[in-house]
Amino acid sequence: MKKKLFVLFLAFAMVFAFAACGGGGGSDSGSDEGTGSVYWLNMKPEADEALQGLAAAYTEETGVPCKVVTAASGSYSDTQTAEMAKSEPPTLFNVGNMSALKDWEDYCLTLDGTDFMNELTTTDFNLKNEAGETKAIGWIYESYGIITNKALLEKAGHSLDEIKDFDSLKAVADDIHARAGELGFDAFTSAGLDDSSSWRFSGHLANMPLFYEFRDDGIVDKPAEIKGTYMDNFKKIWDLYITDSAQDPTSLTTATGDQAEAEFGEGKAVFYQNGTWEWAALTADKFQMNPDDITMIPIYCGVDGEEKAGLCSGTENCLAVNSQASEANQQATLDFLKWCVTSDKGIEVLSSIGDIPFKKAPESANGFSRAGAEMLANGNYACTWAFNFTPNVDSFRATLVTALAAYSADPSDANWDGVVKAFVDGWAYEYGVENN
Amino acid sequence: MRKKKKKHDHSTVNSVLIRRPIQRCFPLFILPTFACFVIGFVWPFLQGIYLSFCTFNTPRDAKWVGFQNYVRAFTDAGFRHAFWNTAAFAVVSIILINVLAFFIAYALTQHIKGANLFRTVFFMPNLIGGVVLGYIWSMIFNAILKGYNTYLTANATYGFWGLVILVAWQQIGYMMIIYIAGLQAVPGDMLEAAKIDGATGWQTLTRVIIPNVMPSTTICTFLTLTNSFKLFDQNLALTGGAPSVMLENTKVNMTELLALNIFSTYNINKNYHGAAQAKAVVFFILVAVLALAQQRATRSKEVQQ
Repeated sequence: MKKKLFVLFLAFAMVFAFAACGGGGGSDSGSDEGTGSVYWLNMKPEADEALQGLAAAYTEETGVPCKVVTAASGSYSDTQTAEMAKSEPPTLFNVGNMSALKDWEDYCLTLDGTDFMNELTTTDFNLKNEAGETKAIGWIYESYGIITNKALLEKAGHSLDEIKDFDSLKAVADDIHARAGELGFDAFTSAGLDDSSSWRFSGHLANMPLFYEFRDDGIVDKPAEIKGTYMDNFKKIWDLYITDSAQDPTSLTTATGDQAEAEFGEGKAVFYQNGTWEWAALTADKFQMNPDDITMIPIYCGVDGEEKAGLCSGTENCLAVNSQASEANQQATLDFLKWCVTSDKGIEVLSSIGDIPFKKAPESANGFSRAGAEMLANGNYACTWAFNFTPNVDSFRATLVTALAAYSADPSDANWDGVVKAFVDGWAYEYGVENN
Repeated sequence: MRKKKKKHDHSTVNSVLIRRPIQRCFPLFILPTFACFVIGFVWPFLQGIYLSFCTFNTPRDAKWVGFQNYVRAFTDAGFRHAFWNTAAFAVVSIILINVLAFFIAYALTQHIKGANLFRTVFFMPNLIGGVVLGYIWSMIFNAILKGYNTYLTANATYGFWGLVILVAWQQIGYMMIIYIAGLQAVPGDMLEAAKIDGATGWQTLTRVIIPNVMPSTTICTFLTLTNSFKLFDQNLALTGGAPSVMLENTKVNMTELLALNIFSTYNINKNYHGAAQAKAVVFFILVAVLALAQQRATRSKEVQQ
């Protein structure tokens, strides 16, 4: 019997030894309560390399431990949930939109008055809670619109100056589509409704009716219901996308994002709705188009006064500081953020990732961003990302995509009613689900 | 501890002298696996049951709320719809897969030329992951449906039968292997006796062969039943639950099965984490009860040789 007990004891000792090994490894990288440390859970995989370099540079300069972990593409919220439950949680994390803020508000430090926030040139991209406190700061922003191939436009006998509003855009697009066989290219790239592409419409294009409705009604917080005042405008631009394109509208559900990108990159279409993030893929990595040939114009949909529209600018990259981390770590994180936007090295790295709304930011290397900035300088209005208010966003978009696919395959009035229902009733329903 | 001295075996490996110390050390040998099992399965399972009675964002900030999550789970129209979807899917796929797998196995044990090649080919789909299959088949279906001016997620019927075809294609080969093993174990003398007695081919099949392969049927129906209920990757990749339709005051993902419904419920927001967890517990009980009932039902039909 004694021997058996001894064996059991041995076995447990072994397990604890393993556990101790694991624990020992972890405590090395843990925080020193005296100075604190920074742990940034990053959402942008494409920025991982740059941020790793930034963290290393900061540690070298100040001696404060700084760790950047990047979640795999599309799995940020899972990773975040898992990491936040750990004993050494991230001190700096991403909050994508108002819904995410609702989930994580308890973890967000109020950032008003911090040095990081004082360096901003605009507070438009920040997220505030109901009490009006800034809980997350938009540190990088993006714009989208209709990417246009000027060279092809000229080849078809048109110029960018002709396009001032929806009617002029439609006139040009209709003409190019009618002569597509002779020209060798069509007006619009495929409006694919595959998952890899549908967000361009259920999210980004659907922003147009939302933005104008909210602007009319002065809405600045997530509404429980929407009216769909501008659904006719949404129909106009969607009809244009699916009509003046080489893609058969009955097979949009299988058309992917890569397909549309390639159609534009290979010069098979003049217009391509997407954002500033496409710049690198189009001009360098994948397609090596001439940067002078392409630009971005606003999405026109027949709203009064839209000649003065600008690009749609906004962000899903808002940084929050973990209020449940230790005091020392919170302070270390705030110091790190300040360094990022005031030091030369910090600004250099951040601006290499994208457009940043900070005082020291240099002029953008991205042609689409420069086009957007020029519009604003000329007094055009920016369309903000009203879709950031969308309740239960994935489900809302899925219903809208289903309805858009049905309408595209058979463009009847009844099917358009389905789109309006998915939009207006869907919003109210998802709002109820989210606040239930 | 003091036992009678046993007669020594001839084989030294089975010798008590060697066996006994090993037997005494059994906790040491099973402990690593057992620890893994506890850490990776028992503990999360128990925590999962606990969390189904809580509201939580991360497991650290769980707050006890009683049966509220279960009420929400059962009053959710999408969950009920997913349940009936899953039930219909399970019935259709169990019948289809087992009948086809049995007849393919039967055909491939009739000494036809190239039987081994066919076995390999039929088994191969099983080696491809569910997500990959889902994407491949959605392309195939869409290419076919395009000819009729429609597409896979246009309505629930296409999605449902698409999933049935996909899963049947994937699993028939696997079940076929099990049936082949069963068929090869049917005693030759029994078949010979049936032949001498003048049994027709059909009589031999229904009276001799099928009763003898009942153990295989038990395993195969068990596997297809649990597989159909737990189906997730294929569902996610093929249609992702689409079409997603607004009905009167509610919304339903028409081709969503239970596991996918639980997954999408969890992703709504933190108020739904508990409800999704409650659904998962209900789901576990459902699968466990069905599997046990089915095992008992088919076991009783097995023949002892």
